Amino acid sequence: MQDGAILKMRGICKYFPGVKALEEVDFTLRAGEIHALMGENGAGKSTLIKVLTGVYGKDAGEIHLIGHDGPINIKSPQDAQNAGISTVYQEITLCPNLTVAENMYIGRTKGAITNWKKINADSQKLLDSLGIPAKSTQQLASCSIAVQQMIAIARAVDMECKVLILDEPTSSLDEQEVAKLFRLMLDLKQRGVGIIFVTHFLDQVYEVSDRITVLRDGKLVGEFIIEDLPRVKLVSKMLGKDLDDLSDIKSESDTAAVDESSVPVLEAEQLASMAGIKPFDFRIYKGEVNGFTGLLGSGRSECVRAIFGADKTTGGTVKMNGKEVKINKPIDAMKQGIGYLPEDRKRDGIVGDLSVRENIILALQVMKGFFKPFTRAQAEAFADEYIKLLDIKTASSDTPIKSLSGGNQQKVILARWLLTNPNYLILDEPTRGIDIGTKIDIQKLVLKLAAQGKSITFISSETDEMLRTCSRLVVMRDRKVVGELKGEDLTQSKIMTTIAGGDNQ
Amino acid sequence: MSAPTITNQKSFLSRIGAALMSLVRRQIFIPIAALVVLIVFNLIADPSFFAIKIGPNSAGDMVLSGYLITILDNASELVILAIGMTLVTAASGGQDISVGSAIAIAGSVTLRILCGTNSRPEVLQAPIIVAFLVCCVVAMLFGAFNGALVAYLKIQPMVATLILFTAGRSIAAWINNNELPIISDAAFGYYGNFIPGIPVPTPIFIAIACMIAIFLVLKFTNLGLYTQSVGINAASSRLNGLNPEQVKFMTYVILGLCVAVAGFIKVSRFSTINYSVVAKDIEMDAILAVALGGNALSGGKFNMGASILGAYVIQFLTTTLFKFNVVSTALPAYKAVVVIILVVLSAPAVKEKFGELRKRMASRKTAKEAEAV
Amino acid sequence: MKTKVKLDKKGRLNPSNMSDTNLLLTITIAVFFVMYICAVIFLGSGFLKPQTFFNILNENASLIILSCGMSLVMLSGGIDISVGMVTALVCMSCAVHLDFHGGNVLTAMLIALGIGVAFGLVQGFLVAYLEIQPFIVSLAGMFFAKGMTTIVNATQFNVEHAGFQALKAVRLFVPGMGSYNKVGKYIPAYVEIGVVVAIVVVIALFILLRWTKLGRSFYAVGGNAQSANMLGINVKRSKFLAHLLCSTLAGIGGFVYFLHVGSGSPSHAAGAEMNAIASSIIGGTLLTGGVGNIIGTFFGVLSLSTIKNIVSSLGLDEAWWTNITVAAMICIFLVIQSVVLMRKNKSKV
Repeated sequence: MQDGAILKMRGICKYFPGVKALEEVDFTLRAGEIHALMGENGAGKSTLIKVLTGVYGKDAGEIHLIGHDGPINIKSPQDAQNAGISTVYQEITLCPNLTVAENMYIGRTKGAITNWKKINADSQKLLDSLGIPAKSTQQLASCSIAVQQMIAIARAVDMECKVLILDEPTSSLDEQEVAKLFRLMLDLKQRGVGIIFVTHFLDQVYEVSDRITVLRDGKLVGEFIIEDLPRVKLVSKMLGKDLDDLSDIKSESDTAAVDESSVPVLEAEQLASMAGIKPFDFRIYKGEVNGFTGLLGSGRSECVRAIFGADKTTGGTVKMNGKEVKINKPIDAMKQGIGYLPEDRKRDGIVGDLSVRENIILALQVMKGFFKPFTRAQAEAFADEYIKLLDIKTASSDTPIKSLSGGNQQKVILARWLLTNPNYLILDEPTRGIDIGTKIDIQKLVLKLAAQGKSITFISSETDEMLRTCSRLVVMRDRKVVGELKGEDLTQSKIMTTIAGGDNQ
Repeated sequence: MSAPTITNQKSFLSRIGAALMSLVRRQIFIPIAALVVLIVFNLIADPSFFAIKIGPNSAGDMVLSGYLITILDNASELVILAIGMTLVTAASGGQDISVGSAIAIAGSVTLRILCGTNSRPEVLQAPIIVAFLVCCVVAMLFGAFNGALVAYLKIQPMVATLILFTAGRSIAAWINNNELPIISDAAFGYYGNFIPGIPVPTPIFIAIACMIAIFLVLKFTNLGLYTQSVGINAASSRLNGLNPEQVKFMTYVILGLCVAVAGFIKVSRFSTINYSVVAKDIEMDAILAVALGGNALSGGKFNMGASILGAYVIQFLTTTLFKFNVVSTALPAYKAVVVIILVVLSAPAVKEKFGELRKRMASRKTAKEAEAV
Repeated sequence: MKTKVKLDKKGRLNPSNMSDTNLLLTITIAVFFVMYICAVIFLGSGFLKPQTFFNILNENASLIILSCGMSLVMLSGGIDISVGMVTALVCMSCAVHLDFHGGNVLTAMLIALGIGVAFGLVQGFLVAYLEIQPFIVSLAGMFFAKGMTTIVNATQFNVEHAGFQALKAVRLFVPGMGSYNKVGKYIPAYVEIGVVVAIVVVIALFILLRWTKLGRSFYAVGGNAQSANMLGINVKRSKFLAHLLCSTLAGIGGFVYFLHVGSGSPSHAAGAEMNAIASSIIGGTLLTGGVGNIIGTFFGVLSLSTIKNIVSSLGLDEAWWTNITVAAMICIFLVIQSVVLMRKNKSKV
């Protein structure tokens, strides 16, 4: 192949029922480069990786790999490995109870009896040559997560991979560990390995990458050399707004001025949680809509989870209406009049096999108590009221929630919290993965609730949604609060520069 | 969904078929079908199976007798256990295999209280109600032990309950110093046999009372909602303010109460106890009742009525096997076969295969129809 | 309680640079020696005689084999509670074969092996390929074996087959380990054939688990099945083989048991599965899979029988105390395991 390319993907298409996950995407990887693959949630990064590693079949397009004539057909992860494409995932896919050497060699030795002595020596040699601080006979679980990640990479390297895919490798590492990992990546780059680096951390992209490919909504935005693409531009490419033609769309319904001299409905000071966010301050007033913004993985969900008591807090105080309260678990928050619509609807939101009705009344029922169940008639009245109010499309209130579409499931969860009549409602990605009509409904609803005097925290990956609804934005980067924007600062460009940090171009 | 012509073509027959299909899809269909199979089998083999006679028993009272009465009578303990087992299964996604051993403990405690230090007392040493209450408390404590291991130490339910499964019968023997107390007071026997003047065995009434009780509890508390919610999605339940550990723990305590009632009936039947034999293998039957009721053994949604019906079906099967001279010790082999068939049919891998097969058949059918057009 | 204090110290001495398996193995061996010393104290110097030790082996040869099989399945993340009843079924089938059907010892051995393999094939298939919970599968297997035993023959009887009696009477003398009785006569120390079989099984499994690809794949599957799959291990086949091996060993262990007791009975080996699980847990095999060692299991069996001897020597000789002791041991060791491993993991973080 010409111009040093070792992997070429051309015109890749992948369709899921009702969704075009990838449309005519091209991707080129050259030998000895670190190539960042960027895009917001749903942009198609992971679909592209999965097509490349054979987890998904592709619906159209060709994959060319150096050393193979013509397009190759990858049917399974095993195929990909044999072809020299190795993947290291965010979650360690090694066995913690085996030794380091075993983890590097198991599953790919020939014959029934294995010469572990030789393997121990071999793997020690490899570990040393890559500068990985581990002993080959050590149990994997006794290594730090970063070292485990490096061992997974070493395994891949030893399988003579030409293409190494690192899928969010740094998300559970601290700064020093990240530095170690980067040294290893640069070392591999010297050896001519092509590395695809998927991450949400902008700083890290600029630290090690040579090139960036940006995807958005399943389409290729472009491939850029790192020097040509300053951070702000990268962010604007990812979010799909060009800085130049960004006319600031301040919300037309100018929300009633929030009285900032009043006592905040909720005030958090130096709150920190087990999920690893840096201590942060936060406050919200009556009738206010504010939001956490930042790229995925910046810690915005972790902040609200800490407020709601979903993650164990490790420090800081929370005041409701000026009085200090203890929130250790979700029920404490609920009793204070807080509601929380979680980010991961399927994992944390719906109770799949239960009916729509049961899902709607669940939170209020739990608050009311074990011995005071609603009668069937009451429950049905509640359910019908909210099914009508939010226009939930379901055959009946008896239908299991899992058989509803994503948008309608989301409305059910929203109904659940509206039913508890909270003073303060946290909506974490309420519009993710649902159709435009529902999205607008939800935004309107948020503004209506605020007008009724409720306080709402609104989190969304889509900045225009936030601009339309929020009167104040807390900006986060790398699990830290890095700024707060309100009034005239609430513009796309200002948000982007704050998210990107550093260079203000 | 598609063209209206197809709906018009729907014949009367297919509509009946659809109605039947919707019944088949109902959870309670499985135990009903099993019951029908057993009834038909017995009708063909020997219709006298269903005869009910009234006549004097050994005490001279006029009582009902017949295989059907035997089934209803003997199923009582199993039905009561199935109630608790259903809740435990729903919330913790596992089963308690110590119920048989725990019944031995509950029965032993009852006898110990009634007999005091003398193993063959002339008169009862304590009121029966006191013995029953103490028995409930003890059984619930053992339930709490299991519950704590499962909910708070997060040990798999079956392994956690293995401890009591092993030790239970020995603890039961230890409670009575390994003696076999015998109660001579006839009043104690009322609960496991007949109350003079009433021709129906008392355990049937107790089982009905338990069914009514659980029905009321499910109606007037949130037990059903909480257990199912925790069993389906513990993470989501927690975010809705539930305490999943506490709910799981509670189900084991409730099962303890069921064990106490079942154990009380068991000892009342014989007015004595045989530690190594009492309620032997009943854990298997209780689990089977839950499975036969169409409830997923991995937890989540449950149908209490189906479980209870499942328990009766199992007793029906047992009695049928007895009638055909299968020795009691060989029964486990037959039931094991039924269990295996049930779990294999409900295994996700098998279901998937069936689904594929059905889809392929359907597509072949439409292909043929298309050809015909 | 003495043992517990000792344990914690052991755990604290060198927790973080040891693998889980080795750490738990160390605990097990320490426990065994502490118990044996206790036995010497409580039971007098009789326990110092080699023959006393050999008698423990003679009585527990079949349990050692069953426990090894159990450890294997537990390592791969499963469990098999049918082994005790399979033992009973093997005893009864062999006894009926020898005495009623005029079979010979060799075919009896084949029957024993065949029963084990058959149970292994079915249970392994259901667990590995249909993904049914191992506990349910083996619970059904246990009840099936239990029922089949009485269907084969409902009552206990002693086997009188001459060839079998000859085999049963074989004693292998251990040179230099004998002792002198009161009148000064030298009584040589001996072990039964079963012990040799058990030791061969222990060594064979030790090699299998330590050095072969299959053995290490059991650890990998038990440690994290999903990762094992990503590492290119055939998870289903590993699970299948673990269950097959365990049931086959139950067949072999069943014959060894038969050789020791010389009779068939529906009540044989009652609760043996519990003892096997207890031995494995005491031997440092984690219920959750992935951690364990055959040598540990061997010592687990010895510890268990030593403590049973202590219990009976304390005058608590009713059979039911044994069960309570076994259950208590399981309970204590489950807690110790979680505490030791939890502390170790914490110290790392």
